[in-house]
Amino acid sequence: MPKENADAKGVEMMNDIRVSEATQGAAKSAGRKRLLQWLHQIVFVGPATFFFILIVLIPFFLGVYYSFTDWNGISRQINFIGIENYTHILTKDPDFRNAFWFTVRFTVVGILLTNLLGFVLAYVLTKPIRTRNMMRTIFFMPNMIGGLLLGFIWQFIFIRGFAAVGEATGIGLFNLPWLGDRATSFWGIVIVFVWQTAGYLMVIYISSLNNIPKDVLESAEIDGANRMQVIRHIILPLVMPAVTICLFLAISWAFKMFDLNLALTAGGPFKATESVALDIYNEAFTNNRLGLGTAKAVIFFIIVAIITTIQVRATKSREVEM
Amino acid sequence: MDVQSKYTVRTLILEIIVVIVGLIFLIPFYFLVVNSVKSFGDILSNSASWPQQFVWSNYAEAWKAIDFPSAFGNSLIITVVSNIFLVLISSMAAYQMVRKPSRFNQILYFVFVAAMVIPFQSIMLPLVEMASKYGLNNSRIGLIISYLGFGAPLSVFLFHGFVKTVPLEIEQAARVDGSNRYGVFFRIVCPLMMPMFVTVIILNTLWIWNDYLLPSLILSSPELRTIPIATYSFFGQYTKQWDMALPALVLGITPIIIFFLFLQRYIIQGITAGSVKG
Repeated sequence: MPKENADAKGVEMMNDIRVSEATQGAAKSAGRKRLLQWLHQIVFVGPATFFFILIVLIPFFLGVYYSFTDWNGISRQINFIGIENYTHILTKDPDFRNAFWFTVRFTVVGILLTNLLGFVLAYVLTKPIRTRNMMRTIFFMPNMIGGLLLGFIWQFIFIRGFAAVGEATGIGLFNLPWLGDRATSFWGIVIVFVWQTAGYLMVIYISSLNNIPKDVLESAEIDGANRMQVIRHIILPLVMPAVTICLFLAISWAFKMFDLNLALTAGGPFKATESVALDIYNEAFTNNRLGLGTAKAVIFFIIVAIITTIQVRATKSREVEM
Repeated sequence: MDVQSKYTVRTLILEIIVVIVGLIFLIPFYFLVVNSVKSFGDILSNSASWPQQFVWSNYAEAWKAIDFPSAFGNSLIITVVSNIFLVLISSMAAYQMVRKPSRFNQILYFVFVAAMVIPFQSIMLPLVEMASKYGLNNSRIGLIISYLGFGAPLSVFLFHGFVKTVPLEIEQAARVDGSNRYGVFFRIVCPLMMPMFVTVIILNTLWIWNDYLLPSLILSSPELRTIPIATYSFFGQYTKQWDMALPALVLGITPIIIFFLFLQRYIIQGITAGSVKG
């Protein structure tokens, strides 16, 4: 707009008709070009932006608003109650505290074990083993199945399969009531989580290990480094970017776990294995306290955001080093 | 990456250990499949053994009970349609954001990337409320629209990283030849982006096909159930009735396992590319 104004002024000042015509023409085509660019912008960016705003941004900010209300999904009247939901969660809600504590413990144990197994599998499967392609397929396969179906499958394994193995072998470990006890049900979820996710991380570690230049390993060997030294001082530093990626992926899966939790233990026994995601779900759909549920979701979001920011920082600083 | 690629005794020992671990990994599948063709009594008396007799009718009953053709069809339609529109709208958006990095587009891209942090739980309750208010609940279209919105950030992010590597010279040559912007995008840029299309489609397929929570909140009528919802509601009705439950689970995982075995190479590549950038 300002440019067209300037053009118009220029036209006024100059009395030559031909110049004026030429300027008008240029302004017109510039205007058309701008219109076309706007059209392109809308066609290319518009749909994605529209759905994104509709499905993510609006509900997200609505959720922040609802977290300060007594919304229950039934009554039409929604009252603003300030930070009452938040003080309730932080001071009077043992369920949320337990769920949070369970999620933290599960995340720490889960990501360590799955990364360890994923890395070891990747290390072994980059050796010249004959069955390595088949083994890679087998280790990766559990990943294709969603957490819900996996949870049900493993329910059967823990209830019937383990019992059968226990009877056959007499190993006491298999005769425990795996999903019926606080401690063992925690480990039950960890086992399924590691079984499901280790193969995915293995794939990432394999691609990272394959990128290590051979001459580096060769010269280390010539210098007389033993295997553990090679792993510690050469391989590990070089796969550090993959470690960061895998840690972050695993944190994100473990911290937000819902389907597997719902299908395998449904939070039981006695809410001992209830994750934060499941607690939010129950608060909203079992207790019908949607305002409280959204407040929990906001807290959940803040924690996830903090973890992600730390992770992004860590990756960035590593990239500079490389 | 191994220095000597010779097959030594050490490699043999490693190989044996790996195969044993692989078999342990497969045990759950063994239990699942073997018990799915047993009678209920046979399952309870010994879950580890081979079936005394094969009860194939388990499958016929489970097939009917979860209405497998309908659940499979719903999952397929929702996954395919969501995927098509998701790659279309996010590749176009990412392309424009890279090629026309106006202030507006830069801010928009930043918002998309920042929103990847938002967990589903943080939008779930208002989203369900909105969907029922605007008549988008209990419809496949409502669910697909939800996937387009919630999937856009990661897809845009992945395409954005890839478009930057597409050389500008090729596009300029095409423009000189008289192609307009749409022609350049669909005829020149899209073919070059094929690897990223594969990556994005695979990541989104695994997510959408296996997703339980979002469809369970949006779809309520039985005829719209996807495989995970059908499985879940089935389990609610037939708790511990393993002779029905196990064949239903086998049916439920079969499509995605077949998908994996056929497209394994692309899936592995897609996951590697997607995670290195994601």
